[in-house]
Amino acid sequence: MSTDVVRAAEDLNPLIPHVSEIIIGLVVFGILFFLIAKFVAPNFEKAYADRTKAIEGGISAAETKQAEADARLAELEKQLADARHEAARIREEAREQGAQIVAEMREQANREAERIKDNGKATIEAERQQAVTSLRAEVGTLATALAGRIVGEALEDDERANRVVDRFLADLEDLEASRQAAPGTGGGAV
Amino acid sequence: MTLAGASIRAADSPPQPGPADFNLPPIVEVAGFGITKPMVLVVLSAVIAFGVLYAMSRRAAVVPGRLQFAGEAVYGFVRNGIARENIGAPDYHRYVPYLFTIFAFVLVNNYYGMIPFFQFPTMSRIGYPLALALIAWVVYNAAGIGRHGFLGYLKLQTLPPGLPAWIVPIIVPLEFLSNILLRPLTLTLRLFATMFAGHLLLILFALGGEYLLLHSENALAIPGGILSFVMFIAISFLELLIMFLQAYVFTLLTAMYIGLALADEH
Repeated sequence: MSTDVVRAAEDLNPLIPHVSEIIIGLVVFGILFFLIAKFVAPNFEKAYADRTKAIEGGISAAETKQAEADARLAELEKQLADARHEAARIREEAREQGAQIVAEMREQANREAERIKDNGKATIEAERQQAVTSLRAEVGTLATALAGRIVGEALEDDERANRVVDRFLADLEDLEASRQAAPGTGGGAV
Repeated sequence: MTLAGASIRAADSPPQPGPADFNLPPIVEVAGFGITKPMVLVVLSAVIAFGVLYAMSRRAAVVPGRLQFAGEAVYGFVRNGIARENIGAPDYHRYVPYLFTIFAFVLVNNYYGMIPFFQFPTMSRIGYPLALALIAWVVYNAAGIGRHGFLGYLKLQTLPPGLPAWIVPIIVPLEFLSNILLRPLTLTLRLFATMFAGHLLLILFALGGEYLLLHSENALAIPGGILSFVMFIAISFLELLIMFLQAYVFTLLTAMYIGLALADEH
């Protein structure tokens, strides 16, 4: 009876712990700690680590990609610049070649014109030479004939002289006609 | 259960809530050992805490689901907000599971006070916070002794550097008392007392309101009773905050003690 009273008094003092409760508290906390340390915390930590890794991996992958893209872009720009240079060079070359071709053609044309001109001149010269030669021969002949006639006839009056000249001209015409009738004896009248 | 027990007594006379309301009769006796409601609740709290946390962390993935996200919020709060802040890298990793267990365990046991049918904060039985405080005491002292050696740790904890010689004989016992002996007691009392007082307040306003409304002949009984229930509701919300806060404070202080024990300078 008296122990009950003491126990009741102790029970009423909330500051006096019950040993059984301390023990239960220790045991239950210990079990919960074990379970959490073994089954809960590692999972969360793993998720954290995985996430960190995933983020870092993603970032480094992105950096690699970025670097690749930069390199590619630089290469393409370089190629483009090269192509521009090439195009400019080819244009320049073409222009030079064109100018050269034009110059060559012009020179050739000049030469051709020169040649044609020279040809023409030579032909003309030759024909003129021939004409002069035949004319000289004929003039001699005519002059001789004319002089003979004039000397053979008396040249006292104009009437006679006129007749001589007329006859000479008629002879000339006859001569002309006979020369036409017998070709090969002269280059024709001038 | 407390309500029922107290209101039987209070049928005619005004209720007198007190420590007796925290002494629940055993539910069953097993071989002369009475198993009380708080004992059942404490065991159940471990089951609940582990069940919920395991469900949250079981399929922990890089992209969290809703459950995992909630779990990570709590875990990250303890890990980064408490452990890392107070213990510092790289030591804090070792203590995260322990601190997380404290937080989860105390939180569930505190919120028992608000959950219908449980309605009893187990930490208002001083044995349970005392058990947690004893563990904390062992853990932080062991951490300090492991890091600095026994004498080195004692010196670190009791002798702040840069003191004039004449004050040392006074400071050393004081520091020993406060850092080695009293810390588990303050840890225990803080958690116990807030839970005890909060629950007592709730009992007071609930039983008082009921008595005033149903049994009192006083002229002011009805408004008094209504006010009492309004207070009950207001204090319930306050309690919700305090229950979380105490779980946080207990975990935070434990982490601080560990951090101080591991630190090189006082």
